[in-house]
Amino acid sequence: MRITCPYCGSRGSEEFTCLGNTPPARPADDAPVAAWVDFVYLRDNPRGPVTELWQHVQGCRTWLIVTRDTRTHTVAKVELASRATGR
Amino acid sequence: MTGARRLPEGGRIDRGTSLAFTFDGKPLQGHPGDTLASALLANGVTVVGRSFKYHRPRGLVGFGVEEPNALVTLGPGARTLANTQATMVELHQGLDARSQNRWPSLAFDVMAINGWASRFLAAGFYYKTFMWPPEAWTAFYEKVIRRAAGLGRASHEPDPDHYAKAHAFADILVVGAGPAGLMAALVAGRAGARVILVDEMPALGGRLRHTARAIDGSATTLWLEATLQELESLPNVRLLPRTSVFGAYDHGIMAAVERVSDHLPAETRGALPRQRYWQIQAKATILATGAIERGIALAGNDLPGVMLASAARAYLHEHAVVGGQRPVVFTTNPSGYVTALELMRAGVDVQAVVDPGPRVDNETVVALHEAGVQLYWHSTIEQAKGRGRVQGVVMADDVGGRREIACDQLLLSGGWNPTLHLTAHQGFRPHWDTKLQAFVPPADVGDITVVGAASGRFELENCLADGLNDAVALCRKLGFSAKTPTLPKLQENVPYTTTACFAVENASGGKAFVDLQNDVTVADLELAVREGYKSVEHAKRYTTHGMATDQGKTTGVVGHGVLAEILKRPVGEIGTTGYRPPYTAVAIGALAHHHRGQGFAPVRRTPLHDVQAKHGAVFFETGLWHRARYFPEAGEDMAAASRREVEAIRSTVGIADTTPLGKIELMGPDAQAFIERLYCNGFSTLKPGRARYGLMLREDGMVMDDGTVWCFAEGHFMITTTTANAAAVMSHIEFYHQYYWRELDVAYASVSEQWAGVAIAGPRSRELLQKLVDKPDLSDTAFPFMAVAEGRVGKVVCRIARISFSGERAFEIYVPAGYAADLYDRLMAEGAPLGIVPYGLEAMGTMRIEKGHVAGPELDGRTTPADLGLDRMQSRKKPHIGHALRDREGLLDPARPVLVGLKVVNAKHRLRAGAHLVPRGAEPIQSNDQGHVTSIAFSPSEGRYIALALLARGTDRHGQEVDAVFPLKKERVTVEVCAPCFVDPKGARLRG
Repeated sequence: MRITCPYCGSRGSEEFTCLGNTPPARPADDAPVAAWVDFVYLRDNPRGPVTELWQHVQGCRTWLIVTRDTRTHTVAKVELASRATGR
Repeated sequence: MTGARRLPEGGRIDRGTSLAFTFDGKPLQGHPGDTLASALLANGVTVVGRSFKYHRPRGLVGFGVEEPNALVTLGPGARTLANTQATMVELHQGLDARSQNRWPSLAFDVMAINGWASRFLAAGFYYKTFMWPPEAWTAFYEKVIRRAAGLGRASHEPDPDHYAKAHAFADILVVGAGPAGLMAALVAGRAGARVILVDEMPALGGRLRHTARAIDGSATTLWLEATLQELESLPNVRLLPRTSVFGAYDHGIMAAVERVSDHLPAETRGALPRQRYWQIQAKATILATGAIERGIALAGNDLPGVMLASAARAYLHEHAVVGGQRPVVFTTNPSGYVTALELMRAGVDVQAVVDPGPRVDNETVVALHEAGVQLYWHSTIEQAKGRGRVQGVVMADDVGGRREIACDQLLLSGGWNPTLHLTAHQGFRPHWDTKLQAFVPPADVGDITVVGAASGRFELENCLADGLNDAVALCRKLGFSAKTPTLPKLQENVPYTTTACFAVENASGGKAFVDLQNDVTVADLELAVREGYKSVEHAKRYTTHGMATDQGKTTGVVGHGVLAEILKRPVGEIGTTGYRPPYTAVAIGALAHHHRGQGFAPVRRTPLHDVQAKHGAVFFETGLWHRARYFPEAGEDMAAASRREVEAIRSTVGIADTTPLGKIELMGPDAQAFIERLYCNGFSTLKPGRARYGLMLREDGMVMDDGTVWCFAEGHFMITTTTANAAAVMSHIEFYHQYYWRELDVAYASVSEQWAGVAIAGPRSRELLQKLVDKPDLSDTAFPFMAVAEGRVGKVVCRIARISFSGERAFEIYVPAGYAADLYDRLMAEGAPLGIVPYGLEAMGTMRIEKGHVAGPELDGRTTPADLGLDRMQSRKKPHIGHALRDREGLLDPARPVLVGLKVVNAKHRLRAGAHLVPRGAEPIQSNDQGHVTSIAFSPSEGRYIALALLARGTDRHGQEVDAVFPLKKERVTVEVCAPCFVDPKGARLRG
């Protein structure tokens, strides 16, 4: 697989590590436990496009949001995690 | 006497040089340019192996990677290489090849009895026979099957060869250097694109090398030579012969293996790797992989002497070798006729050409007719007959007539299968082309462009045209201005037509093989269908048809065709099975390449490695680090040395390398606020000049890591992490700042490798360190427990903290990495009068267990601060990572295992980390399990083995006895539960 890092360009996926699917928005500090349980444990596992958190650990160390299709592994979009909305 | 021989002239071999080789120990001769297969044929060897299941004698069927029978074992000793296709082995002086699956000899094999018992060895035999009783599987069946099954045997010795890996990048990768691939590479190369052209054979040209047709009015050879010369002269074109692209992976990555020196005798390979594993990343790939001819299932079609027509043609042109003097050709398509004609012209007496289809007149047919070859249309070969090799065939005509034709070879051409494996690897299902009677790649195969025979356009003129046109289009798409050259001119164009013919029925009862490599017959497929395995995928697995190295190269489509006939459904409807990488066998060594032995993992050494070695350190590996474990004096083992080290530290002073701890610098107005959120305990009151122990949690409330936070000034911190989590904590910090809390004004960097240093521990540590450190003043009042400062050792800056892992008065000091060895030497020199000892991880581990300090074995990702007795550290006043989920019901359960200390009751007993804790005398079963031993040490203070452990309701059980059981070693040791601190519980020593 190749991932196009916004800073470093197209690089082999072996330079990156994947944390998993992007979590739902992090609950407010005083949110009920149930909301935190959903945030920590519940993820969808769709067949199709997913957004994932990857870090360019062997490169610029930037955290990225990668939109990848689980059927084809096609990467549709790579964005900086720091610009993401809905955290 | 066989008809296989070398012709007096022709071929691309060096007749002036002879190469000696052996087959089953018998000395034979060949020439440079030969493969093992061609050399065997030239020597009249027609039986090259015994079949997989029935141990039937088998001969050469193919010419290249499609060969199903000629699997041999090469090389002596550690270089033994089993299951190698003789067709892919280039002959070299001294080559040692052995046939497989025969005992005691190729000519006489006792397991051939399986042939007589074959009605018991039909499809699904293993599933049906070895069912009962279940315990017989491991006791008996498995052993017998393992001995009887399989072909060659590996050497069981370490691989003496080495392998390389390379990454390559290109604009266009062309796979296959036949007419289509050469044309494409030429066009793209001329346009200035970076081109990589790979081909699995030693010489480029593909089937252009096996034709007598003329291009541009002269011999094909001339066009080929000129083309190769031009390609070699282009600096932007890389040619990789002997290279097989074996897999297509995500985003256009192609994996290939180059046989760099397999064709050389081992003693002349020098420093060359045996093979090189390539990862090729091209913007576009042109697939010009050609097509492979398929056979026809008919009775006796596995007799030595039955060969693919294309293979006979290839041996003729490449090596001037023929497999028979009087062949019969059974063909469904024009290529069989061409083979017959070219064999005739080489002086071979072709007996007949038999075609199940209608008469089609063309120049070849006319020439064969004129040469006196018998031509039969609407006819089939029903059976090949002979004892040990082909001696005749039975032909059936379309009106029910039968006649026998004497011959010494049967050449089959059941049609051509495009080599579409690489398109299928990415999940593009092939579709059935009724006109071609073959599976072809679908129109859309992603970034791959399929040209020529690989796309089902088998005619030479179409191969050249595809290569040219598709390369021009691709170059333009990639931004290269490609000129369109004129196509070479060819003689008569014979369009490819074929007749469906997968299997010929016969009344003889002889076996008609669909899959020669796996010994699968038409009858096996019929049986599979009768028993309900009607889907191609089920039938494949039940019969093992098309499995192993064949991967459907010659047999897949024949099997699908036969299945379709049995099921009375169109082939296209039943579909094909999946094609999976690797396309051809790949040595594991090539995939591992440099990642073996020393190259398996990088070695991390601290800047103190050599100076510790000088002081007698014994090192061991923890993760990638090589760390000093203990420093034995004469006659000491590890236990004695580390006990002496501990005693010295508790009475005087010792130093140990703490460089591998992770160190992260944080600066900025919000650095303290960030640290507040990262750790579960409070840091808002941490003042400059002070350090504090901290616990990091995960969001689920479990402990992730621990360490110390050093505050040098407002907004300036350095945190330490455990060695194991140094990288993970760095990523964690980056993640939370970049993703969640980007509004925090903080900057951070790993400084783990910039600062190197030591722990100085023991009652006299201050006295020693003050000798070296000009500032600060290290007295107890000026620099108490948990004080930090930046200071100087001579002119060198340093960072000092008064922190203790050992429980003694102790300091950690870090200097820029390049000065660390000098610091260590000076400490050892200045400490000598005080009785200083260097100490290693064993002593460090013993002291932290005596103090009950948690480390990796306790921080296993399943423990909360409360489990570790650190509940009081958790701040209830601030939000932090993990605050929300730490109070879940299950985590507050008083029955959870919590940290305790253990001492063996009998001072002679040993303890083992990982032992489970059960009530005294209770069975070591899960329902009795109350926890486990995490860390053990021999405690010099206690004079016996002690441990840290996680024990259910442990806090209430101090003073009780439990058993530590280790069922794998059948051990049971009684231990007393105690508080997890064995030395100085009030901490007077570390503060004093």
